[in-house]
Amino acid sequence: MSDPDGRDAPAPDPVLSARGLVKRFGRVTAIDGADFDLLPGEVLAVVGDNGAGKSSLIKALSGALTPDAGEVRVAGRPVRFHGPLDARRHGIETVYQDLALAPAQDVASNLFLGRERRRPGLLGRVFRLLDTRGMRAEAERVLDELGIGVRSTSQPVETLSGGQRQGVAVARAAAFGTRVVIMDEPTAALGVAESARVLDLIDRLRARGLPVVLISHNMPHVFDIADRVHVHRLGRRVAVVSPAERTMNEVVGLITGALRVGADGALEEVRDAVRTGVTRTGGGTAE
Amino acid sequence: MTTTALRRTGVGEFVLRTPAVGPTIALVVAVALFSLTTDTFLDVDNLSLVVQQSLVVGTLALGQTLVILTGGIDLANAAACVLGTLLMARLVADGVAAPLALLAGIAVVVAVGATTGGVVTALGLPPFIVTLGVLAIVTAASRIYAGGQSFPVTDGLLGLLGTRQYLFGQIELTIGMGVALGMYLLLWYSLTRTAWGRHVYAVGNDSEAARLSGIHVRRTLLSVYVVAGLVYGVAAWQALGRVPNADPNAFQTGNLDSVTAVVLGGTSLFGGRGSVLGTLVGALIVAVLRSGLTQAGIDNLYQDVATGVLVIAAVAVDRFARRRQR
Repeated sequence: MSDPDGRDAPAPDPVLSARGLVKRFGRVTAIDGADFDLLPGEVLAVVGDNGAGKSSLIKALSGALTPDAGEVRVAGRPVRFHGPLDARRHGIETVYQDLALAPAQDVASNLFLGRERRRPGLLGRVFRLLDTRGMRAEAERVLDELGIGVRSTSQPVETLSGGQRQGVAVARAAAFGTRVVIMDEPTAALGVAESARVLDLIDRLRARGLPVVLISHNMPHVFDIADRVHVHRLGRRVAVVSPAERTMNEVVGLITGALRVGADGALEEVRDAVRTGVTRTGGGTAE
Repeated sequence: MTTTALRRTGVGEFVLRTPAVGPTIALVVAVALFSLTTDTFLDVDNLSLVVQQSLVVGTLALGQTLVILTGGIDLANAAACVLGTLLMARLVADGVAAPLALLAGIAVVVAVGATTGGVVTALGLPPFIVTLGVLAIVTAASRIYAGGQSFPVTDGLLGLLGTRQYLFGQIELTIGMGVALGMYLLLWYSLTRTAWGRHVYAVGNDSEAARLSGIHVRRTLLSVYVVAGLVYGVAAWQALGRVPNADPNAFQTGNLDSVTAVVLGGTSLFGGRGSVLGTLVGALIVAVLRSGLTQAGIDNLYQDVATGVLVIAAVAVDRFARRRQR
C-alpha cells in the first residue's frame, strides 16, 4: 500500500501509530485497512464524513474495540489492547463523545472513576478506605491548572453545564494521559463560547507537550487548532494534510472523495465522483 | 454557567443528594402521628416488635438495594431465602450438624445469587426476566424439596437470631437486630467508602460509561449478585429466628415487599442513586405503618392499600426530583 500522506522530510517517530487496521461488524466493514500516525507534541485532527469509520478507528486506538487485523504501535512498539484499561496503561486517555461520566457522582469521583486512590496504611490496605479528601484536592488542582471552573469538586456532574462536563472529561484525560489524549467530537454539543474554551484547553495540553487526537466535523475548529489533518474516507486514511497548505474546501473535497492525492502528492479531481459544488473551487493542484 | 448551579444550594440540594433524609422525615412523621393518635403505639415493647417484624424483609431489602443500585431488580430474593430456610431446617431434621446445615443453607442461597448474576452478565439478559425465571425454578425446587411439609426448628443455632436480650431490663432486643444493623453498616461502608461501592453506583448510572472508564462492569455486577445472595442467606437465618418453622409457602410477597422498602428508602429504580441506610428507614416505615394502622384498628387489606399508595408516591417524588434536576 502506498503511503498517501505526502510528507517529505524524515519525520520524528510517531507516538501512536497503526498499520492496516481492519474491523468488521457482520457484513459492515468499519475499518478497512486504516493507517494512522500521531507525532510527538502535535494536535492531529481526524476528519471524515459520517460513517467514514472515524469513531471505530478511534475506538481501536483507545482499546474500546479490538481490531480483526492490523497493528497498533505505541512509541514504535506493537501493542494489543483488550479494553480501555490496556490503552490507559500505555498512557492513552480518551474523551468519548458522550463523555463516559457517571452523572449522579461528583466531579472528583468522576475524575478518579476506575482508578480510585486508597488511604495509605492499614485503612487502605485492609479496610479499602478511599482517600476521598486527597482525591478532591487533586481534582481541584487539575481543574484549576486547566482553567475549568466548577463550584465544588463534590458537586454531582449532572448539575454542571455542558461545557463544564466536557471540561471534567478533558481534565480526567489530561490528569492521567501521559502519552496521548484522544478527543471524540468535544465541541459537537457545545455553544460558541464553550467550544472556544475547549479549543483553548486543547491548546494548553499541547503546550504541556501532550499530543492530542481531535475528531471533529467542525472545519473552522480543525483549521484553528490542528497541526495536521488526517482525512478518513470509507474506512481508511486517504490523506494527511497541513492546514497551512490546504484550504477547507480542499479538505472537504478529500472527505467527499471529489479530490484525491495523486501519485506525486498533489491533489487531483476525481471525475466520476459525486459533485458537491465545492470541488470546482477546491480542484486543481496547489503545489 | 454558575447561576443555575448556585440556585440548587441549600436545603433542596441536601435532600436530593442525601437520599436517606426524605425517608427519615417520613418515618419520624409516621411515628409521631401514630404515637399521638393511638395509646398503644408508643410503647417500648411495641416498638421492639415493629423492628423485629421488619427484620426479614429488611434484610431481603438490603440485598435488593444492591441489585437495584446497578439498575436491576431481584424478584427471586424471597424465594431463595425460603429455600435456604428449608435446607437448614430439613438438614437438621435429617440429623446433619446444625452449623453444617446453616452453612449449607447459606451456600445454596449464595449459589442461587451467583447463578443469577452469571446469567445476567454472561448472556446480558435483563435481571427482571432472569430473576422471574429463577423465582419460578426456586419456588418449585422448594416445594419439591419440602414435599408439602413444613419443618419446625428446635435447634438453638438455627433459632439464635431470635434470641432475646433485655437492655436496662426493659428494652427487648434480639441478636437478629444486631446482625441486621451490622450488615447494613458494613454495606453502607462498602458502598460509600470503597472503590467497589463507587463502581457499583457507576455501573447503575451508566454501564457503558463505566466500561469506558475502565471499570470491570461484569465483575462488578457478578459481585453484587453474590453479595446479595449472601445477604439473602442471612435473611433465611433471620427468618428461622423470627418464626421457628421453615414453610415453603412463607414470604410469598417478600420480593415485592423488599422492593417497597427500597423504593420508600429513596433508592431509584433506574439505578445508580440511593443508599442502604434509606432502605433501612424504608423497611421501618412499612413496619411502622402496619403496626400503627393495626393499633388504630384499620384492617389488613387497607394497610396494603396504604403501602401501595406510599410506594407510588415515593417513585413519583423520585421522578419529579430527577426531572427538576436536569
